[in-house]
Amino acid sequence: MSEPVLKVERLSRQFRVGGFRSRGQLHATDDVTFEVAPSEIVALVGESGSGKSTIARVLGGLYPPTSGKIVFEGKTLGRTLSRAVRGRMPMVFQDPFGSINPVLRVRHSILRTLKLHRPDLSKSARFDEAVALVERVGLSPGEEVLRRYPHELSGGQRQRLGFAQALASRPSLILADEPVSMLDVSIRIGLLNVMKGLRDDEGVSLLYITHDLASARYVADRMIVLYAGRIVEEGTTEEVIATPQHPYTKLLISTAPDPRLPFATSGQSDDLGEPPKVINPGPGCRFAARCPLAMEKCRLDTPAMTQLSPTHRAACYALDLEA
Amino acid sequence: MSNPILQLHDLRVEYDTAAGPALAVDDVSLKLEQGEFLAIVGESGCGKSTLLFAIAQLLTSPAHTTGGSVVFDGVDLTSLTPEALRAYRWRDISVVMQSAMNALNPTVTIGAQLADACEAHTDWDHARIAKRSAEVLSMVSIDAVHLKSYPFQLSGGMRQRAMIAMALLLEPRLVIMDEPTSALDVVAQKTLMQQVETLRRELGFSVLFVTHDMSVVSHFSDRLAVMYAGQIVELGTTREVFDHPMHPYSQGLMEAFPSLFGEKRDLTGIAGNPPSLVDVPPGCLFAPRCPHVMDECHTVRPELVQIGPHAVRCHLVNKLERR
Repeated sequence: MSEPVLKVERLSRQFRVGGFRSRGQLHATDDVTFEVAPSEIVALVGESGSGKSTIARVLGGLYPPTSGKIVFEGKTLGRTLSRAVRGRMPMVFQDPFGSINPVLRVRHSILRTLKLHRPDLSKSARFDEAVALVERVGLSPGEEVLRRYPHELSGGQRQRLGFAQALASRPSLILADEPVSMLDVSIRIGLLNVMKGLRDDEGVSLLYITHDLASARYVADRMIVLYAGRIVEEGTTEEVIATPQHPYTKLLISTAPDPRLPFATSGQSDDLGEPPKVINPGPGCRFAARCPLAMEKCRLDTPAMTQLSPTHRAACYALDLEA
Repeated sequence: MSNPILQLHDLRVEYDTAAGPALAVDDVSLKLEQGEFLAIVGESGCGKSTLLFAIAQLLTSPAHTTGGSVVFDGVDLTSLTPEALRAYRWRDISVVMQSAMNALNPTVTIGAQLADACEAHTDWDHARIAKRSAEVLSMVSIDAVHLKSYPFQLSGGMRQRAMIAMALLLEPRLVIMDEPTSALDVVAQKTLMQQVETLRRELGFSVLFVTHDMSVVSHFSDRLAVMYAGQIVELGTTREVFDHPMHPYSQGLMEAFPSLFGEKRDLTGIAGNPPSLVDVPPGCLFAPRCPHVMDECHTVRPELVQIGPHAVRCHLVNKLERR
């Protein structure tokens, strides 16, 4: 394997919660280690509150990590990111309606990105590049799209614009924080195809953050499953979906709605539980409270990652039993 | 089953816009049996939420019902005065709003909000209200201690379930749900859907459920109506529509979401955007996006025709059937 674009080592981010004197520390992400290879789409999946967006925001420099190390393109990142780094690792946000300035034309955001990140381009070259960029993400005719205002674009078109803007700074890695979750189902697939195209044609890597396992399977090469701020399972997409090892991954897969499956309504109303708020967490596996396999040991100690194949790892004591 | 609780006849809703009236619901006719679960799916802007609002008689200017009738249990709701409608609301028909998570008053406890609804629609005393409130909360697996909780103390899934509890307070015969699951992640979504299903079986109310994600309802609804640009384009039993979609739009929707299982393949989704509802063109409204478009599609508006177990609005399907 070639040198990874991004290496994250033991990254943690905590937030102080509660009042002025509170000592509550919310462990949004805890001790997270992973890598992203060039031209690879890695999906970070988990429920709301699993810390997946926090990882993206720490990587994007929106807030510094509490501890841990981020190595991007061979360099360890400091607390604040230089413009060059931000250009090589831009973010695409979840809400296509809130992330674009509504009073400026579409071209403004793209031209500005080009001006800041590629100052070598002349004014006319900048405009040509902007047209090429919006057409690259499937918005055509480019010149006409650039003249429009954001309100003249649909949600799907705006999100494509988000990717065009990210692409403008010639990134090696795009942090995509739930880029399709607010779009209609019929529009989503087009955007997922844009993401695949960026990987295959432009050689860009993507960190795709989502709670939708099926879409992660569709675009991603590898998948990392997060629970309450910790990685519980990691592997190639097919490994994780076809042979999930961690009980939480199994739960996620069993709850994903899939109309292609045979028709079976269990009718039973089992409350599947909710993820915990990790404020000043004690030791032990964080999934233990919901886990059907929970043992004494699970509540006392945090399980370490067990290597199951060269690419597949999971953190669960029940695995050791079977082995 | 020949005792429909709700019947729509050629219901039409228009929005006044600067460019003229926009036809959001275009001659929709539907029947809902007692105890039946009917799902309505479609993209944003297809008129599905407007249809629900028209049924519940909750439309406010600039939307107006301009034709047709909504017959609930033999009475045309469109002809009633607001005062007469009050007798139906909550007691017979209740509504669970979209983003119900934000529909609760953040400054008032859950218990007070439940009591508020009871006081407005019944002459129950405090003891009875308290008893019933605890009862409905336990129906959705929320402990009665949360009667004293404020909405922010509950998780998203619990808030959504509290809204459903509120809708069930007075044992309505029809519960209208407008995308209740769209803000939830998959695990909470499944818990919620199973609970709705169990309650429906126990209490026998009918459900009218609107969503843009048809995979959510695939295992729960009895019948499925696919809406496009204000019209029903396909209507049949859920399984039938999923297994053999006939309208090109329904076929496109089926192809639009990736699956967790089976072979991995490239999906295309549906190109283009829904039409403007102002100044509706003649002919089939889906024609500009349809992969099988024919000449007559641009000139003649297809009717909703019953073909076997489905009703479909498509010239091509009619032609193939006639052969």
